[in-house]
Amino acid sequence: MVQIKRLQEEGIDTLAIIGEIDASSSIELDLSIAKSVGEGYKKILVDCGSLEYISSAGLGVFMSYIEEFSDKGICMVMFGLNEKVENNFNILGLADLLHIRNTKEEAKQLINELSV
Amino acid sequence: MRAKALIRLTFLGSFIAWVVLVFSDVTVLFSDIRGLRPDVPVWLPRVMFDLYVLCLFYYYKFKIEKEENLNFTDILWQVFATGLVATVISLALRLVLFLLGETALATNVLFVDVVYQINLALFISFLIAAYTSWKRLILYQKSKWLIRIWRVFEFTLLFALLYDSINTSLNGTLGTVIAVALGVVGLILSANMKWVAYLNFKQKWTSLLLLLLAFFYLGYFLYTVTRLSDFISIQSTSFLDFRAHTFSLSIFGFVIVYSLFSFLVILFNLPTSSVFEQKLEEVVNFQRISQSIQTEQNEESVYNILLESSVSSVFADAAWLEIKSASEEDKLYTYGISEPEARAIKDHLSTNKVKGVLDQSVDKTKNLSKHLGSLKGARFRSILSFPIMVKGDSIGTLAILKELPEGFNKEMTRVVSTFANQAGISIENFRLLEEAFQNERYKEELKIAKMVQKSLLPENLESDGDFDIAAFSQSADEVGGDYYDTIRINENKVALIIADVSGKGTTAAFHMSQMKGIFHSLAQQELEPTEFMVRANQALVFCLERGSFISAIYFVVDTANKTVTYCRAGHCPVLYYHGDTDSSEYFKDKGAALGMVKNKSYCKMIEVNSFGYKTGDIMVLYTDGITEANDNKGEEFGYDRLQQTLMEVRQKGAKEIQEHLITKLYEYSGTKDINDDYTTMIVKFG
Repeated sequence: MVQIKRLQEEGIDTLAIIGEIDASSSIELDLSIAKSVGEGYKKILVDCGSLEYISSAGLGVFMSYIEEFSDKGICMVMFGLNEKVENNFNILGLADLLHIRNTKEEAKQLINELSV
Repeated sequence: MRAKALIRLTFLGSFIAWVVLVFSDVTVLFSDIRGLRPDVPVWLPRVMFDLYVLCLFYYYKFKIEKEENLNFTDILWQVFATGLVATVISLALRLVLFLLGETALATNVLFVDVVYQINLALFISFLIAAYTSWKRLILYQKSKWLIRIWRVFEFTLLFALLYDSINTSLNGTLGTVIAVALGVVGLILSANMKWVAYLNFKQKWTSLLLLLLAFFYLGYFLYTVTRLSDFISIQSTSFLDFRAHTFSLSIFGFVIVYSLFSFLVILFNLPTSSVFEQKLEEVVNFQRISQSIQTEQNEESVYNILLESSVSSVFADAAWLEIKSASEEDKLYTYGISEPEARAIKDHLSTNKVKGVLDQSVDKTKNLSKHLGSLKGARFRSILSFPIMVKGDSIGTLAILKELPEGFNKEMTRVVSTFANQAGISIENFRLLEEAFQNERYKEELKIAKMVQKSLLPENLESDGDFDIAAFSQSADEVGGDYYDTIRINENKVALIIADVSGKGTTAAFHMSQMKGIFHSLAQQELEPTEFMVRANQALVFCLERGSFISAIYFVVDTANKTVTYCRAGHCPVLYYHGDTDSSEYFKDKGAALGMVKNKSYCKMIEVNSFGYKTGDIMVLYTDGITEANDNKGEEFGYDRLQQTLMEVRQKGAKEIQEHLITKLYEYSGTKDINDDYTTMIVKFG
């Protein structure tokens, strides 16, 4: 259902989510983020350009890391969300808690600013 | 009842026929000696003899042939018993004759004839009894051809009987032809000895004894009647001489030939009978293992049956079964060997680095006999080990031991490995059955959970002159995480809630019940909607597991001021229809879901909103299951379609709007099998 590709460059770990995230595939997302955190990355970009749908369980995964990120000083920025997915983030009020940008450039810029 | 009556009738018939036979025969004999014309026709004795034979034939047919629960030795016993009775009667008669001595009566030819007739009748009766019994034995495991041959034989015998009554002398060519034909067919029939194979060792000995006694009877009667007829024929030939009867001689020949064959076959089968018995026992043991699942309560019984069966089938002295267990130490079941002894052998084999008995991953059977020779003090000299496989995994090892060196042959290995395989299947079935029971129990539990959850949703919703509420909820799984409720705070105020727990299924259902508790305790306190949310968040943030949250909207409807105050916590936006402008919109406001933010900053993430309501206004509350319902192309129902659906029925009452929406939704998704919970609550202001 979902495929998550990781790419590391300039100390930034980019997670590209391809497909849909529902209750069962949210576990995969959780594992990917946990892996990235475990490997010690402080800058995490989430490419949602190919994320077609996200269920409440998937949103819960992002939400569950908010506290851990602030404790460990990790920055996570998401970008390329389509309208439907962004709407889901907005309705839930997650947009205020997470950093969301439109393009990769903007996201990169933000992550570098934040981690200074 | 009918059979019994027939047996009695035929017996009576044969008795009457015999009485008439004796009188007519004596009359004919008397007339012949005196040179008189007999008062009765000369053919009468012969006809009566035929009648006697036929009646007896049917008598035994009903008595022996139709009796179903006779085994082979019972049949032989019947023959023996008949012979015994006949012989005892004959011997008693002999005693009487002996007591009479050389009196005139004893030497009277007529009296001798009567004695002869009695003996002949007993003899014939015994022969027919034996004949009927042999028939049953021959026709055991019959084929079409065998039945045909038997029928030919029987009709030829009948023909011989009738022919005898017409032709009195033995010299007729036809008589010889009949006798030869009967001899040939009789010999062919006598080759049918299949029943012998089914006798066990003891039964074979019994049969031999019974047959031996039958020979004695036959010999005794043959001698007696021959001597008597010799005596009579010196004076006259006008009596019923059995020696002139093709029938009597043929049936006698047949009975004695078959008895002889049986005797010899049984005798020569004696040494091999143990093999046959063993095979039979294997089959029975095999059945026991395969059926053990239905009758036995646990795996342990299967193991014990396996041990017993394998030991008894290969004449082993002992066996043990080692069952692998993930959680605890491996279990050892033993038979004919103590556990320490078995462990000693195991240890010995492992110290000598012998793989097989200990190494459970080996999937081939192994003969480990040569390694036992080096173990001191062990009474066993042969060992054979087999893995027990369940679903392709080895769950244990079966070891069979013998005190003899080189005690196992290929055949034994094959038999025990079959047992081991069957035991594996039995255990697998047993486990599957257990699993099925377990699943059934879970299903039952879920059913209960579903009922409990149904009862968590309100049966009756608050209503007022000012508004009317209709609600609907359907879970995708057995239980769901959607919640709606209403509660009257005071005379003018009613609190409403709709909530959706993230995820679905059982976990969601538990959280939903927590939400109900929170709603009922907090709503009573007349809290501001924001305060309600802050407190609910406080309560939930430590109850929900990581990654779980609850989205909700809490409303307070004030009928005195005709206003609604509400606070949204991450839930789907309210769809509102304005009656005065005939337009609808989604309320846009901010608010984070419950249980996401631990710190106090949560109050900054939500806001309170309020609006005044007018007659004809409609408020549609729903969960994301509705807007995210897919059609068969994967397209979502969406906000626009929801709005459209509302506009179609905006003039109707709350209940009709709700029904219309749900009908439309199911039509859209095209299936009853929804993948998320559908919940909606419609508030129509009047």
